[in-house]
Amino acid sequence: MAIDSNPNGVPYTLKAKDFATDQDVRWCPGCGDYSILKQVQTVMADLGKQPHETVFVSGIGCSSRFPYYMETYGLHSIHGRAPAFASGLKIANPNLSVWVITGDGDALSIGGNHFMHLLRRNFDLNLLLFNNQIYGLTKGQYSPTSEEHKKTPSTPYGSIDHPVNPIALALGSDATFVARSMDRDPKHLKDMLVRADAHRGTSFLEIYQNCNIFNDGAFEVFTEKDSKPDTTLLLESGQPLVFGKEREKGIYLDGFTPRVVDLAAGGLTKDDLWVHDDTDQLKANILARFFDSPTEGANALPRPFGVFYQTDRPCYEEQVHQQLNATISSLGEGDLDKLLAGGSTWEIK
Amino acid sequence: MTTPIQEKQAVIIKFAGDSGDGMQLTGGLFTDDTAISGSDLATFPDFPAEIRAPVGTIAGVSGFQLHFGSQRIYTPGDRFDVLVAMNAAALKVNIKLVRKGGTVIINEDGFDSKNLRLAKYDESQNPLDDNTLEGFEVIKIPVTKMTREAISESTLGTKEKDRCKNMYVLGFLLWRYNRSMDTTMKFLTSKFKNKPEILDANHKALMAGYHLGDTMEEFNDRYTVKPAQLAPGKYRSIMGNDAIVLGLITATKKLGLPLFYGSYPITPASSILHSLSKYKNYGVRTFQAEDEIAAVASAIGASYGGSLGITGTSGPGLALKGEAIGLAVMLELPLVVIDVQRGGPSTGLPTKTEQSDLMQALYGRNGECPLPVVSCSKPSDCFEAAMEACRIAVQHMTPVILLSDGYIANGAEPWRYPKASDIPEMKVSFAKQQDDGSHFMPYQRDEKLARAWAIPGTPGLVHRVGGIEKEDVTGNISYDPANHEHMVKTRERKVEMIADYIPEQKIESGHESGSLLLLGWGSTFGVCESVTNSLTQLGYSVGHAHLRYLRPFPRNLEELMRRFDKVVIPEINNGQLVKVIRDKYLLPAVPFNKIQGTPIAHEELFDFALNLVDKG
Repeated sequence: MAIDSNPNGVPYTLKAKDFATDQDVRWCPGCGDYSILKQVQTVMADLGKQPHETVFVSGIGCSSRFPYYMETYGLHSIHGRAPAFASGLKIANPNLSVWVITGDGDALSIGGNHFMHLLRRNFDLNLLLFNNQIYGLTKGQYSPTSEEHKKTPSTPYGSIDHPVNPIALALGSDATFVARSMDRDPKHLKDMLVRADAHRGTSFLEIYQNCNIFNDGAFEVFTEKDSKPDTTLLLESGQPLVFGKEREKGIYLDGFTPRVVDLAAGGLTKDDLWVHDDTDQLKANILARFFDSPTEGANALPRPFGVFYQTDRPCYEEQVHQQLNATISSLGEGDLDKLLAGGSTWEIK
Repeated sequence: MTTPIQEKQAVIIKFAGDSGDGMQLTGGLFTDDTAISGSDLATFPDFPAEIRAPVGTIAGVSGFQLHFGSQRIYTPGDRFDVLVAMNAAALKVNIKLVRKGGTVIINEDGFDSKNLRLAKYDESQNPLDDNTLEGFEVIKIPVTKMTREAISESTLGTKEKDRCKNMYVLGFLLWRYNRSMDTTMKFLTSKFKNKPEILDANHKALMAGYHLGDTMEEFNDRYTVKPAQLAPGKYRSIMGNDAIVLGLITATKKLGLPLFYGSYPITPASSILHSLSKYKNYGVRTFQAEDEIAAVASAIGASYGGSLGITGTSGPGLALKGEAIGLAVMLELPLVVIDVQRGGPSTGLPTKTEQSDLMQALYGRNGECPLPVVSCSKPSDCFEAAMEACRIAVQHMTPVILLSDGYIANGAEPWRYPKASDIPEMKVSFAKQQDDGSHFMPYQRDEKLARAWAIPGTPGLVHRVGGIEKEDVTGNISYDPANHEHMVKTRERKVEMIADYIPEQKIESGHESGSLLLLGWGSTFGVCESVTNSLTQLGYSVGHAHLRYLRPFPRNLEELMRRFDKVVIPEINNGQLVKVIRDKYLLPAVPFNKIQGTPIAHEELFDFALNLVDKG
């Protein structure tokens, strides 16, 4: 167990391993969750987080076991409701660094309602959605992010559910920080975690995570060396949208329609490309729609990773306390006797 | 001319009209004035679930019943001495409950052919002309017409003018019961301070109604009710939900904890959220969550963070909160869940009262999931019951369910309110970093079997909690069979041990032993009291005990019950407490049940109990 500070209250400099608990990690060997756990522990140490000021809150599912492996405060709650527990916690103590850990089933199916409301309220916390496009803990049923026609134990003839687009849903909920990363790119993941933490407000980070037991290779096309350059688009604010092995392809915005252009063909140049601006909500919505297969069709668009959008909006818990303080300033600290007497009273002698 | 004033011991008035007629306000204002005049009183507002049911119909009738007197008043009363009927439908619904010889005050303008048709009177029938009102004193006033005339100079539209007719009626009743218009004027002045035109119209209508009594010779009777012999002290009028609010704020102040209230609007609990949200300067944090589940979850999150998390709801909401309450049982964190019960199942009777969530409160969760249940017996009792729920939650580290119901929530009565300094402080302690640097054990228990409250932000106590079964002491995840049984038994014993920290059950009134015990809980308090009094006066050895604590029961409950030959349990449900008592004590308690969305009437329970004691 890590000790937060020496007896004089001076924090020890903590390392990633100081954020690991003494509990055996019980995810399946080879699960993408291991990589995420490692990066989160590393980022905690890098950011100088204090274990006692940090809380991991989760729902139910494979990913939601996460808090047991973090040497911080941890609340493993019920299915889909982690955002609501975290909301109450942040109102009770706005100073805590709160991380909500959830999965595609937890956040988008049973917890879809809370997901939306957390984002629009903009509590200052980080929401990490481990998306593996499958139900792991219940053994392999399709999830709300699974592709159509998927055959699973509950869909032997193929799923007829249309998948949800988490980034578009987050933007539609007026989230103030929307980003995507993947388990197989630790450097990018670490960078996104740091940026999520730096943002004041609800930081939504979707992480593509491989379930090697029930949905192995779901994101292979984005994560494997051969295909990755042509299927992924790394978003960097202020930079043109360029991708490809030789960085020979770019995205040109034709009216509202994004088109893939071949920079080597001698037509459009880098200067004509769409320059990413992570404060532009309208364009973020178009980027969120880069959601079809990156390899099929004439204008197959790559999948964006990075920060789609971020903006500043007052945090919910901050406003709760501002309102509280303003009321105390104008009405004075509440007096119990006045409260009990209420408006009109009479006396019996 | 001056009208002679007659003295009355007690009066039951029913104000009845269309939902849009403002009868709840009229009744409420008359109640406030009655309270200040020193009478004891009980009220029973009864309104439709629809905000505005079709005007003039039976479904749209809204009523407010007030029983006041110079003696102790325990119930809103069975039969009305006075019925105010603003339209034909209001008369049709209520006339059967007016006592023979009682008074019916009629708004004649509410009996035109359209109103009669909507009230489904036969085409040829007008109850004002046939024998419907035979045997009653009838006072017919063209209220709508008179109100319009009284404010004829006002520039308000006819619709707005007609809204003042409840003030006209109120004015007449204030005159009839020898009151002044001061309290009502004070209310109107503050309510319409930014709407001088509306204030003026209401004021004029009120005065016109008052002066009608003075000027019309046909109204010969004026009445007065002497102040009741209540214990000396300072009083105010209080409604159940408001008393809960005061109890929660007082408890958290005495505990020194921030109050967090997460709730989702639901009838009849919403007014708790409304009231609490006004008291931000008392450190109250309110959160209108996106649904019932988020409401309880946010409250648990707040408790985890060191506030006292509270959520309020009614039956359907309690059903939705079940899983999260189970988590709170596993986490062993303080949580107060208020259930203002209403008619069920499902949506049931949203605006009517019922005591049918007792089983849900006791058992309505997955797994072996015990928690303490506390109940409110009348509007003013909500204050102490709410404080007790908070105390138990914090000192025993457990979720607590507090049961009220629609009848208590909306009913009003005089309350001898306490001085803040007379309410004892309540102890709460948070876990601190261990000096020896040893590993914090989140499920180590004290003598009450309660674990320590260790809140995030505290150095040296980092730990993980969750809904998976945990090893005793360490709190680590454990699937060990013997450990699970041990934990189930421990959680149960913890709840049962609360019996050592609550008062013994006492007899409220009547005999300490004898032929019959009326054992009640919740809003049947008043009727149990009045029936016990009536039977004791007739010479029967009857006693009344009323349970505040429904889990655990007070230690002496069995011994107390066995002092009586028979135990009757009156409930506004299909028999719930009676099942628990029979199960726990193997005692042949007799159920008395009414499931009509209304309180039990005095004469119903009286007849039943009399029959039992007479049989011997």
